[in-house]
Amino acid sequence: MIESLRNKFVKERFDLQEILLVPVFATVLALLIGCFFLLATGESFANIFVAYSSLFIGSLGSLNAISETFTAATPLVFAALGIALAFRAGLFNIGAEGQMIIGGLATVIVGFSIDFLPIWIHLPLALSIGALFGALYAAIAGWLKAYTGAHEVISTIMLNLIALRLLDYVLRSPIIQKEGRNDPISKSILDSAELPQILAFIDPQLRLHGGFLLMLVAVFFIYWLLFHTTIGYEFRATGANPNAAKYAGIKAGLTIVLVMAIAGALAGLAGANQITGVLGRASPGFSASIGFDAIAVALLGRSHPIGVLFAGLLFGALIAGGRLMQVKAGVSVDLITIIQALIIVFIAAPLLVKKSLPWFFK
Amino acid sequence: MISIELNKISKSFGPVKANQNINLKAKGGEILGLLGENGAGKTTLMNILSGLYLPDYGEILINDKPVKFDNPGDAISAGIGMVHQHFMLVPIFSVTENVILGNEETGLANYLKLSEAEQKVKEISEKYSLLVDPKEITERLPVGTQQRVEIIKVLFRSAQVLIFDEPTAVLTPQEVTELFNIMNSLRESGKAIIFITHKLHEVLEICDRISILRAGEIVGAADPKTASNKELASMMVGRPVNLSLDRTTSKPGNTLLEVRSLSVLNEKQDTAVSNISFNVKEGEILGVAGVQGNGQTELVDAITGLRPKLSGEILYFGENMNTISPRKIHQIGIRHIPEDRQKSGIIGNFTVSENLILNNYYASPYSNNYAMDWSKVNDESERIIHKFDIRTPSANTLAENLSGGNQQKLVVGREMSDDVDFLIASQPTRGIDVGSIEYIHEQLIESRNHGKGILLVSTELEEILTLSDRIIVLFRGEIIDEFGTNPTPEEIGLAMAGHPRK
Repeated sequence: MIESLRNKFVKERFDLQEILLVPVFATVLALLIGCFFLLATGESFANIFVAYSSLFIGSLGSLNAISETFTAATPLVFAALGIALAFRAGLFNIGAEGQMIIGGLATVIVGFSIDFLPIWIHLPLALSIGALFGALYAAIAGWLKAYTGAHEVISTIMLNLIALRLLDYVLRSPIIQKEGRNDPISKSILDSAELPQILAFIDPQLRLHGGFLLMLVAVFFIYWLLFHTTIGYEFRATGANPNAAKYAGIKAGLTIVLVMAIAGALAGLAGANQITGVLGRASPGFSASIGFDAIAVALLGRSHPIGVLFAGLLFGALIAGGRLMQVKAGVSVDLITIIQALIIVFIAAPLLVKKSLPWFFK
Repeated sequence: MISIELNKISKSFGPVKANQNINLKAKGGEILGLLGENGAGKTTLMNILSGLYLPDYGEILINDKPVKFDNPGDAISAGIGMVHQHFMLVPIFSVTENVILGNEETGLANYLKLSEAEQKVKEISEKYSLLVDPKEITERLPVGTQQRVEIIKVLFRSAQVLIFDEPTAVLTPQEVTELFNIMNSLRESGKAIIFITHKLHEVLEICDRISILRAGEIVGAADPKTASNKELASMMVGRPVNLSLDRTTSKPGNTLLEVRSLSVLNEKQDTAVSNISFNVKEGEILGVAGVQGNGQTELVDAITGLRPKLSGEILYFGENMNTISPRKIHQIGIRHIPEDRQKSGIIGNFTVSENLILNNYYASPYSNNYAMDWSKVNDESERIIHKFDIRTPSANTLAENLSGGNQQKLVVGREMSDDVDFLIASQPTRGIDVGSIEYIHEQLIESRNHGKGILLVSTELEEILTLSDRIIVLFRGEIIDEFGTNPTPEEIGLAMAGHPRK
């Protein structure tokens, strides 16, 4: 099943029609079908227009909107890059959510507990520790797969649950819990561990932070890793044909552990990014199922780093625009979830997109 | 008696014209041979006949009346039956259960009338001398008998036209003879038979008429009484083909590979190779003959480090190789053409050039330990593509878009492009066209003339006979017989079936 999924969602090369055209039209179709849902719930045409226009304005209509879109896209792209990388190596990493939580938690601890370092050491340290713990956590699933054969889908789902409950547990421990609070919430990280806002010179209200630039670096790093390094060749060979990889002398076990570790590092960075760039502290559910949405982003981006970047920006736009839509049109933000799901359905059935809009696909 | 006629059948898949303007006619009481290379459009044509595809154009006439098959059921009720190359049998079912599957007669309260069906299977089996026990469990039967179950399945549905799709691919020479006897008795009883194959001598032996398919078109017909192998081959390929190779006698040198008392287990932990010993010298081709599944895969896997050996020793240049891994094998200069190119020889989703470095992607000049140098890879790819005549639009075309023959040339080119001492060639020409077979055979002979050692594993008796200097025959994991120069095909065929010379 995973193999057929992989064939559907992994595009080995950047194919304009497959990577750009199909996703764009999938989105258009999903928005159109979204209209029917709104009509069915008794919304007027006028209000549907308000909803969709505020979806657009809220995501792209102003500098603040764009800042919000990019801010929402950043952790999605981080985590989705890891999922895409694993997918290319033939592994279905469902565990980005858990890896994000563990990474974010490690970052929080480093962020509030070390108070003598300057920002240029403290911040990179906090981010690296987040990546490291994400990597170690994901490597557990990789190791289980390589040396016992336990399927990564099962083990990463279970590790998600463990991470989620572990978070709830440690947030109440006196070392981590904020002083004077009874609810599970961590201490706040120090200023020296915060990602700087990069548009603050225009307007201090703009939340976009340095994590966005790091994310762009990560996109190009993963692109380089996959297509221009020897390890990337091994990853892709292992994913595309495990038998041929074995025949080529590639050690499957080592590759699996390494792939999962890199995927986990990226998810860990997604968590660290949220802590140091947006939230400043950890609370139950701070990961906000970004690790699960990232699976959809990776699929939509056809597991190609550039595709993942655009898919992440689209999902970020839907999230940012969805907030304004809720305020202006009173439409529940659940519509965004429906639209996201519809996009994935259309991506999974590219023939449906091509048949619905035949004049765009020759 | 039934007659079936195809009238101007055409079928395209996108830009690919799989069948163009095909006219064919088969009558009851005759065997029509349909000869063509892989990719000539045979399978598409048969899928149209059996109702899996609708033709874009043209019609099918049965007894001069046009018919239209919307699904395989329509074709079956019109009396057309396919004997598939890959058997469609449930291994744990009895012969009768397999035969009636999808066509079960039931009585009161859905009671399966198994004993009546068994009786009918027995009658069919006796009528056409198929000799199958209706109660036997299918997986216990030898391959040749399983094929007979497929034939009974078709006859049980009262087929008048029987299509045999490459039926001899999995059979021993003796089983082929028995199959031909069965086909003869079917012909005598008035069935129309369409026999699809790319093996020339088979059509000459059994068919009444021959049609040749090339690039989706019928390019000619031949009379088996007068046609020669050579004529048929050139019609099939579209140019003159050299079927016999010029071979000098071998001048064997030092021993390259020596296998001593090797035993290997298969996936089910049964002994697949049991206590075998042989050697291969410089400048000779050792042929390993045998029906598929007699331990060849496990033997090659053990030598190339893809599978652990149970016991025994493998020596290369007289040195005992204790631990064997695919990478080590490659580094010491052994090359391996794997038996199944789709499974492990190529990565379909990779480009031709990415495939050409599959075994040494990590080494200089392609990689400097961590980063790939794609321009070096492309230079080397262009060289191999040119040298081995791999027909591809470019080095950046995905390997899955090449024809089977060119995919195989890609594998052969990769494994034979550098100057090494030893080559293991497993089924080097399976499922590819005559032109490519000719080319690959020439390459193998040339290597051997240059003093290289070659272990040739093939289930094609003809290939073994054409190329080998010495032959060992594997039967149930053991070397049942060994032959020097000039063995007769009959002797080897008997050994393949488990009857060695005394």
